[in-house]
Order: sequence, then C-alpha cells, then structure tokens
Amino acid sequence: MTAPTTEGPPARGAATGSSGSRRHHPPRSKRTTVAGRRSRIGYLFVSGYVLFAVAFGVLPALYAVFIAFLDGEGRFSGVASFTRVLQDFRFWPGALHVGAFLLSWLVALLVLVTLLALLVHGIGRRWLSSGIRFVYYIPGALAGASSVVLWLFVLNPTVSPVSAVLRAFGFETFVQTISPGNLPVVLAIIAFWTGAGGWIVVMYGALNSIPHEVLEAARMDGAGPVRTALHIQLPMLRKWISYMAVMSLASGTQLFVEPRVLSQASHAVVPADWSLNQLAYLYAFKQQDLNGSAAIAVILLVVSLGLSTFFVVRGGLFERD
Amino acid sequence: MTTHTRERSTRPTRRAVATVAALGVSMLALGACTPGASTDSEAADSPYGFAAVEQQADAPLTVWVDASRQPAADAFVKANPDVPVTIETYDGGADGSGSFQTKVQAFDQAGSGWPDVVFSTQNNDAAWASQGDDPFAAPLDKGYFEQSFLDGFTEGALAPLTVDGTVYGLRNDLAPTVTWYDESLMERFGYTVPTTWEEYQALGEKVAAEHPGYIVGTVGDAFAEEIYFWGGKAPVNTVVDSGTFSTDTSDPHAQDMAAMIDELLDAGVLAQESVFTPEFVQKYTGKVLMLPGPVWYSGALFDNPDSLAAEPGTVAAGLPLAWEGEEPAAGNVGGGTWFVSRHSANLEAAEKFLEFVTSDERYQVDLAPGLPAYEAAADKWLAKQAESGFFAGDFRANVSTAATQIWDGWGYPRFSQEAVWAKTVTPRLAAGESLVDLLPQWQEAIENEAQVNGYTIK
Repeated sequence: MTAPTTEGPPARGAATGSSGSRRHHPPRSKRTTVAGRRSRIGYLFVSGYVLFAVAFGVLPALYAVFIAFLDGEGRFSGVASFTRVLQDFRFWPGALHVGAFLLSWLVALLVLVTLLALLVHGIGRRWLSSGIRFVYYIPGALAGASSVVLWLFVLNPTVSPVSAVLRAFGFETFVQTISPGNLPVVLAIIAFWTGAGGWIVVMYGALNSIPHEVLEAARMDGAGPVRTALHIQLPMLRKWISYMAVMSLASGTQLFVEPRVLSQASHAVVPADWSLNQLAYLYAFKQQDLNGSAAIAVILLVVSLGLSTFFVVRGGLFERD
Repeated sequence: MTTHTRERSTRPTRRAVATVAALGVSMLALGACTPGASTDSEAADSPYGFAAVEQQADAPLTVWVDASRQPAADAFVKANPDVPVTIETYDGGADGSGSFQTKVQAFDQAGSGWPDVVFSTQNNDAAWASQGDDPFAAPLDKGYFEQSFLDGFTEGALAPLTVDGTVYGLRNDLAPTVTWYDESLMERFGYTVPTTWEEYQALGEKVAAEHPGYIVGTVGDAFAEEIYFWGGKAPVNTVVDSGTFSTDTSDPHAQDMAAMIDELLDAGVLAQESVFTPEFVQKYTGKVLMLPGPVWYSGALFDNPDSLAAEPGTVAAGLPLAWEGEEPAAGNVGGGTWFVSRHSANLEAAEKFLEFVTSDERYQVDLAPGLPAYEAAADKWLAKQAESGFFAGDFRANVSTAATQIWDGWGYPRFSQEAVWAKTVTPRLAAGESLVDLLPQWQEAIENEAQVNGYTIK
C-alpha cells in the first residue's frame, strides 16, 4: 500500500493519489514544461508495473477467457465449460460462502476503518497518534498464511488466550468455532485483522490531505468533531473509501489461502472446496479440467468487475474535480 | 489533450506490443514442451516395463514424506550416505487433502519438477496416479522391482495399489482396526472386554452411568468412518468397477452403527476430538477405557510420550468387533504407501530407497510406529512388541488376526471418503445433530463427490 505523498500543498485532488491529480493552478506556460517532465518520469515509474501487470495479469486473464470456451481437446465448445461448473454441486455453496464472507468483510472494513482513521486523526497528541497507527499496522506485516496459523490458536478454545470469549459464544471445541455457519465471519475477522491496519494508515494520509483552511472554516462555523466528520471529512474521503472497496473486493473474491490453511489445520472439517477460487484450483489440478477452472475464473472476473464498476461509479473514483 | 502527450503515449504502447509478442512466443514454447504420452514400443524395450527418462546414476533423489515418515528417509540416508537424497516434508495427503495429487498435476502442467519418491497416507492414490495420458506412478511389477521382493509383502497388502493387475506402489504399513482397551481399567472397573458391537454399546452405556468422564472411542477424526462403518461392514464405499460406484446408508449395518454412535455420543462416552489434537490428549490421558482404531495407534498414541503415553503393560489390542451372530470384521485406516515417479532420472536409487523403507529392519522394525506391510519385517516388529511387553494381552496374535479380517466390501475410489466425512458429518455432529439423521446427507455428499470424479452411481 502506498501512502499518499505530501509533496506540495495539499490539494483536494491529491486524494486520488494518481499522477493525474497533480493539477495545481500555476501559470499556463510553466505548467507545460514542469508537467511534461513530470509525466515523462511518471511513465517511467509505471512502466515496471505495466509490464508485470500485462505479463501476469492481463495476458493470463485473456488466456483464461480464451480457454474457457474450449473443451479438453482445444476445440471451441461454446458455454459448455460454464454450464458444467454452474451445475457442479460445489459451485453455488462456494459462491454463497464467498458472498457471505465479502459482505461481512467489506461492511466491517468500510465502517470500522473509516471510523478508526477518523478517531486516530482526531487525536491531538502526535506520539499517541503515530503509536496507534503503528500498532494497527503490525498485523498487516504478517502474510495471509502465517496470520491464519496465529488465528488457529486464537480460535481454539483449549489454547486460546481469549477462550472465555469463545466459551461465552458457546464454542467448546475448535470444530464448533469453525463450523460452516461461522466460517464467513471467522475469515472476515482474520482478513480484517490482517488488512485493516494498512488501510487505516492510508485513510489517515487521505485525511491529512484535506486542506487545513476547510477544517478551520468548519470550526469557525461552529461544527463539532462529529459534524466535521460527517459533512467535511467523509465526503472528501469518498474516493478513498471506494478505492478501498474496489481493492478489497478484488482480493476478497479470490479468497484461497486462508480457507486452505484452515482446511489442513482442521483435519478437513473446513472443506478443500470452500471458496470458488479453491474450486477452480481443484478443477485445474485435481480433475485436470483447465477449461472448467478457467470458466470459474472468468465468472469471478465478471462478477468482481461488475461490483468494482459499481463502486467506481458510485464513489466517483475516476471523476476529476 | 495536447499533441505531445499523444506522442509520448506511443512509446509505452509499442513496448507493450513487444512484450505481448515476446510473452506469446514464450507461452507457445512452454506449450510445446509438454511431455507426450510414452509409446507402447518404448515401454516394451525398457527394462523397467515403462518408458523411463534418461538415467543418471548420480542424480539426486527427491523424496516427499510426511512428518511421521521423516525418520524412514533419515534412516535411509544414514544407511546409504553415498546416495544423494533431498528430503521434503508435506502433509502426506492426510485427511484426504489431495495435496499429493494437486502438486503432481501442477508439475504435469509445468512439464518438470516431479519428486522421485512420494509417501502418501492415503491408500487410494493409485486410483489416479496410475491413470491419464502421462501417469505419475511407475509400474513396479513389469520388470522394475524383483518379483521375489514384491512377493515378500503380506498377502493383500498391495491390493489397494494394484490397478488392472499392475502394481503401482508399495505399502508402508498395514492398518487394520483393532479394539484398543485399557486392561488395568477394565480390571479395576470389573468389566469384560466386548467382542460384539452390541456388547460394546452396552458397556459404553454402563461406563457413562458408573464412571463418567471415561471414553470408549472417538468420532472426531476424518477417518472415523473407516473405523466404525468399514469395521461395521456398512456398504457406503463400494467401487463396483472403475466407472461405477455405489453407496447405501440405508443398509441395516449403516443404520445400526449410526444409531449406536448416537447413543454413545449422547451418553458422553465417545470423544468428538481428533486424536491428534492437544485437547484430546489433555482431556483423555488416563481416561481411555476403549478406543477402536488402527494398529498404528500403538506408536502414534499409546507408546508416545507426546500423546497418551500409556503405562507399560496397561493397554491391549483386542480383536475386531463383530455384529451379533456375524463374523468379526476389521476396518482399515490408511497404511501408508510409497510411489516412484515415472519421470525419475535415478530409478535405481529410487528402488533402493523403496526397498529400504518398506522392508529394512533399521526402519521397519527399529523405528516404525505401525505394523509393517512387508511380512518378514512384520514378524520381527510383532516379536519386538511382544518382547518389550509394552502392550498387555496377546498383542502379536490379535494384530495378526485383525490383519486377515479386513472387510473387503470397502473400496478404493478416486476420491477421499475421509474428506467427505470430515466436511459433511464432523461439524454437524459437533453441533449436536444426530448421525442417523445425517446419513442421507452423507450419502448425497458421497454420491456428489463420486460423480464429480467420473463415477456413475448405481
């Protein structure tokens, strides 16, 4: 995650974080040369990303779309792969699982991260605020699989440091804690714990980019912290919040590592086909059906593109001020 | 926008085109080097009975084992320091995780990277490893291994690894279920050891009333169905032929077994924890009156300081249980298997390795936690157990008998019964549902899994 730059005076547009946002309002003649040099360097900076995005993102995706319409022998088969995976008894449960996970995770992320960022930003003492941000960030330093390993202990009533909490919910054994009904929430909690800190830091940076005069003016008009948050800070954070939603949606639909590790650790009580991405993996490497696997990938792509479009449009992510 | 912006934007575009082209070419190249199926004539010419890759006498041997079989590989390295071996541990496919299969198929896609030797805890792996255009497992009895060596295995031990008459792997150990019980507790409580499932249930109910806190078994493991339903002769895992599968949970044996488990769960004398969890050890050390389960519980649980750590001379392996008026039958839980890759560049070393880990005393008698599948080693292992006196009762005779009583109505399909049981039944039992009520769901889950794996349901 990149924190927003603090270069130059904080302008409203800086909140989009992309190079296109550096549109201040200096005299026109100067703008051409400075902006020209800047965007040339900008291209250099993004070229590495573009290269890898094409090699490991765009091309494989296109290849997946291509083979999703083929059969095992490489002949065009229309939508046969799609109907096959849609009729698989594991598909709809998998879709439900991922949907329930996404719902609980995204809501928690959007509400809590924004709230926590506002709170941290409101803290006057500099050392306390930066200390808290650092603590928030620490779990994010753990990779997905290792954070699950840590959570295996937290979720097991026998060894958990918070076993009293688990028992209060009526969970006496590990198997009860990770029962199918609880899993979406359990995985959402793990994902929140891992990812929220990074986003709080990003949001904090975004809050910093709100011009001081605007906040000052609000205070002069008699707005308290709540009013300021609701009417000034939140609307100005809108792009950031939808950016967070889009990014999280993309990674959330691809849920794989966490349920896979849980599956092994729980002696298969969490099935190896819990999420759609796991199902795609089984299709490719257990059933030797790459076309079916590609079909699932394409379905996932279409769904997350659709949802992302919603967030982009509603969040005004590509709008220019 | 201004013109110079457009000029600038052409450069990255050209670069992108070049990249796409370069990648396209490399993808084609990758596609082209996917190995094709070996031809029959090549196979006939080969001394191994299959088309082997070019052999290199000093090629290092990559060996995959689970953590429990690490000592086997270590013992081989110690005995053969001149053979270069790379040991890699993985989950052994435990609980039907399928990691052996998925990893191998990833290598199939890549066209390289296969391990030379693989240990798997699942004895149904030959069902897939022997199939396909470019199967993974090397056939062992077409010239590769000496027939006299293969004949040294206990009768029937290689059956799960035999597909269409060809042997594709070697069995590490035999895993018939026996009726483990604590003889000292039995004496103290004044109970007699049950010989039928009916007596077993009656005893469980008695224990619940007279000595609450003690258990007579556990259903918390992914292999619980192999102990109770295989041992109880329930026809839920019948492989009719390579394309046909049948499962019937309405069979009286399945119904009776489920009802018995429900009763004992209600009575609180069946644990719901997996025997490999810390909570099982914590809760039930010294509280295990009976524990139907595989022979390898000997080294894995009872004679293991990190597990139940029984006192020497207290625990005995009883004979498998029978339904009243029927012949007793044993279930079977795994019994590990060893495979050699067809892609191995050092088949000679791989053969040496497999012969060592399955038959050599330095592993199978000195270190192995379970009953060796290789008959000569098994005799010595049993003799050693008898000599040590760790187990009470006639351990040697009972285990040997159990090994001959494995019910043959339970098949080895291309999917894992353990994974189906673990995801369908275990969490619902933990939530307090009745197993009798769950049987139709279990059956449906098995049928679904069978269909996805290409079986027609009969």
